Amino acid sequence: MSFSQIFSLMLTAILIENFIFVKFLGCCPFLGVSKKMDTAFGMSLAVIFVMTMASIVTWIVNTYVLIPFGLAYMQTVAFILIIATLVQFVEMVMIKAVPALYQALGIYLPLITTNCAVLGVAILNINKGLNLLGSAIYGFSGGVGFMLAIMLFASVRERLEFCDYPKCFEGFPIALVTAGLLSLAFMGFQGLKIW
Amino acid sequence: MNKYAALMKNGILTENPNLVQLIGMCPTMAVSTSLKNGIGMGLAATAVLICSNAVISLLRKITPNKIRIAVYVVIIAGFVTMVDLLMQAFTPALSKSLGLFIPLIVVNCIILARAEAFASKNSVLDSAVDGLSMGLGFTFTLCILSTVREILGNGTLLGFHILGRAYEPALIMILPTGGFLTLGIVIAVKQKLSSGKEAR
Repeated sequence: MSFSQIFSLMLTAILIENFIFVKFLGCCPFLGVSKKMDTAFGMSLAVIFVMTMASIVTWIVNTYVLIPFGLAYMQTVAFILIIATLVQFVEMVMIKAVPALYQALGIYLPLITTNCAVLGVAILNINKGLNLLGSAIYGFSGGVGFMLAIMLFASVRERLEFCDYPKCFEGFPIALVTAGLLSLAFMGFQGLKIW
Repeated sequence: MNKYAALMKNGILTENPNLVQLIGMCPTMAVSTSLKNGIGMGLAATAVLICSNAVISLLRKITPNKIRIAVYVVIIAGFVTMVDLLMQAFTPALSKSLGLFIPLIVVNCIILARAEAFASKNSVLDSAVDGLSMGLGFTFTLCILSTVREILGNGTLLGFHILGRAYEPALIMILPTGGFLTLGIVIAVKQKLSSGKEAR
């Protein structure tokens, strides 16, 4: 893969096809843990890490196990098991190796298993026909896109607390409307094409 | 019989997964661009919910507590694969337009939440009915959202032009922004209605 291809892949995953605002992947944690900046930051770090790892491992398993044995239809089952195992494994390694980071991520780590962005990126890698390096980069930049979206959203949401809006919009509705406006901004990247 | 009626009402209205419990948002917003997609997705998820709830409830006494989540996920993934393959075979067009979101039913929080909160504690028949009602609740929300979005964004309903030629479709309703906005407003309306009820 040439540098320009890598660059355009990253830009696509982060801005043009942002996982949250354009593809609607990972909305649950996005709406759930975006109330404060620091929790949003911890969550997105964990997501970046797991998405990159999951992209690499699922690609390897798909190419060297599922396809040679004609088991491609078992993709969903295999991938979700890999992701669940991976998350558990990452958790165990973190407790031993970097307890500080583990403390910071706390309960967000196990929750990532059911984050649809992770399973989504694994399936997208295969559908897009990316190679191993491409998958890893796509997974990583998808995670970065998630981080960008959730950080932007958390900073807006912190300010929303002091705003005056109709009472029936309290809680989720106003958050969704805010997310809608943010996604409108991300549509500005839509026509962007590099090389 | 009353018990089942109560269960049904619970899933569709009082405990509606999207509007009240606020879970399972990704597919709700992503596939509600047209009514056909909405119904297709809703029914696919309902089928998975009924089957997975029934099987999880059947196995609830022999499932070790420590690995229960893993067991649930495998059961759910198995049913999702079945539904996925069936849809590819019998409704290829729908399967193509829903695309990625069919395998992603596996990580739909509604299904895992019902497995954990209901099916792991109740009898098989109750769990299946609960799955049906939650699934229909999900379908109901999808129908509301996709009807609004298809009419405003495309001027059609189920592919038929209903607003006449003079109507200029507001393309934004079909785009992701429309999904966020419509869901936000629908939940706001629901909160308004229920707060009015409490005030009285």
